Amino acid sequence: MKVMNMVNSINQALGMKLDEDENIVIYGEDSGLEGGVFRVTEGLQEKFGEKRVFDSPLAESAIAGTALGMAVAGLRPVIEMQFSGFAYPAFNQIISHISRFRNRTRGKYPVPMVIRMPYGGSINALEHHSESMEAIWGHIPGLQVVIPSTPHDAKGLLISAIESNDPVIFMEPKRIYRAIKQEVSEEKFIIPLGKANILSRGEDLTIVSYGAMIREVQKAVVMAKQKNIGVELIDLRSIYPIDRETIAESVKKTGRLLVVNEEPSSFGVGAEIISIVNEEAFLHLEAPPTRLSGFDTVIPLPMGEHFYQNDPLRIFYEIEKLVNY
Amino acid sequence: MNFKKYDPLKDIMYQVLDKNGNLTLADWDNKLNDMEAKTAYEKMLFARQADIKAVSYQRQGRMYTYPPNLGQEAIAVAAGMVIRDEDWLVPAFRELGTYLAKGMSLKEYFLYFRGHEDSLIFKNAKNFLPFSVPIASQLLHAVGIGYAIKYKEEKDKVVFTFVGDGGTSEGDFHEAMNFAAVWKVPVIFIVQNNQFAISVPFNKQTASVNIAAKSVAYGMPGIKVDGNDIFAMYDAVQTTADYAGKGNGPVLIEALTFRAGAHTTSDDPSKYRTKEEEDNWAAKDPLLRLKKYLQGKDLWNAKEENALLDQYDLEIERQFEEAENYPTTTLDEVFDYHYEELPEELNRQKVAYKKFLNWKETRK
Repeated sequence: MKVMNMVNSINQALGMKLDEDENIVIYGEDSGLEGGVFRVTEGLQEKFGEKRVFDSPLAESAIAGTALGMAVAGLRPVIEMQFSGFAYPAFNQIISHISRFRNRTRGKYPVPMVIRMPYGGSINALEHHSESMEAIWGHIPGLQVVIPSTPHDAKGLLISAIESNDPVIFMEPKRIYRAIKQEVSEEKFIIPLGKANILSRGEDLTIVSYGAMIREVQKAVVMAKQKNIGVELIDLRSIYPIDRETIAESVKKTGRLLVVNEEPSSFGVGAEIISIVNEEAFLHLEAPPTRLSGFDTVIPLPMGEHFYQNDPLRIFYEIEKLVNY
Repeated sequence: MNFKKYDPLKDIMYQVLDKNGNLTLADWDNKLNDMEAKTAYEKMLFARQADIKAVSYQRQGRMYTYPPNLGQEAIAVAAGMVIRDEDWLVPAFRELGTYLAKGMSLKEYFLYFRGHEDSLIFKNAKNFLPFSVPIASQLLHAVGIGYAIKYKEEKDKVVFTFVGDGGTSEGDFHEAMNFAAVWKVPVIFIVQNNQFAISVPFNKQTASVNIAAKSVAYGMPGIKVDGNDIFAMYDAVQTTADYAGKGNGPVLIEALTFRAGAHTTSDDPSKYRTKEEEDNWAAKDPLLRLKKYLQGKDLWNAKEENALLDQYDLEIERQFEEAENYPTTTLDEVFDYHYEELPEELNRQKVAYKKFLNWKETRK
């Protein structure tokens, strides 16, 4: 065990897989020599050579499209979109090709590929650096979408993602890249995709959250506990495939659901989870299943971002409303 | 040929055989001997006949929308004569002659345009990606494959990829050429400049003197070739493939041709071009030209052609009938190939539909 932040644990997962499988290549904008703008791939080029860890020209569609070519020809690319807000030029490649190739060729050409991208707000960034658009990826047939919330989870989930024979969008909550440190095993371990993690048990309310919001929710859970409200906190870990069973079982017990995330509110992951709860736990409900997301606005610039981002007090306010419904 | 002699900025087009079937180039050196030239004609004839019959099947309501190859056969057949099993083919969707050379069956081709999920497997073909409908997006796949070839040190392998003139306006075309040149990968980009992107003519697509010139800015060789001249196309593809296979990096070939048919069976070219223009290009037809050459050498006659066409018709009809009798898509086939293992959510949706089917059955 070693104390690590998420940057360290992702770097370690990448290094481990590079070491283990010579078909893995890593590239993106500034991913080689510099180690990426967040230094997530730092040192990997030095260790594994420029052939395997390299800087590509600056073009997101080409990064994704060439990775598909590599994948069908036997490599396992792990590519980086510098920020999720810059991934949109790659939409055509991801939606029209990467997600579909296995299906179109009836399994002849699977696409083992991971597309890493830092996402999410509260880092006082310039425009286009704070989006939380996981629902867009979750909507695409053929993709898997994963979001870790801790250094430990990031390592285990990323190793699973790299070992998957289908494409994975791996969204990294950059707000907590360095903010959370914990002991992480230096051995190889995996965390299965598609399975949620129950972080705390409670009888009164289920909260489903993920990514950087987990930490905010945990603070709200402490506030709730002081008021004798027991919250069951589920860390979703995978946006798709989504762990319907864990969500449903919890809400059947608590009768109340709150989804907390940082996406725009409408048509999002929150809506999907509420739909699951309506289908699976309708007769157990004590209050309307509720989502606490951002607004249907562009994420505000730093001076106004606090309105958009949910903090513990805002989450606690919703918890009380639901429990007293 | 020394393709570097054909500076695309000077807009010189490489041509061996003129429209009257005369050799215009002294140093052609019979790179295709008489037998090979005859074989090339037969391949073009077969591709054309299959294509004509495909249009007619569509008109009869036996096939869905289909993009005809008419007038462009020399390009695809020439590439088909060069490409080997171990080379990669990353197609657009109007290169029937290359697909057949690579091992796709006509049955599979017909299955695709009849809406069967199984059609793009190309069961007996190696290293052949499915057709690409999103224009120019496939070029990047070719570059990635080129990187993998280099990475694995699979010497001498080449990737052939196709796009049309309209596709050269897409960002992916430029990104692909740039990445290919920076990475110095063995990719031959073949642009079929058939002068129309559906209805939009070449002069509304680009202000460049030609398409081959676009290679210059990316630091790779480009050559403009008479795409209706099978000799020139064969020589250009062979020479550049050899160049790329030796580790010299990518090449752009602009093959100038004319889409004699419609964009697809849903299109009507009479709305955007004149009969005169079509007649003018019909005189430059790739089959007509080679036939004149072969007849001039007493290697071909009408009797031989008619006998072959009868034989081709039987073969094409046989494969179409097999496609027509192919079983329709099952519910499992809709779901089962999206992931290595079917996710629970997809299974849930499939089971729900099966329950509906059972209900529908018992209702009768």
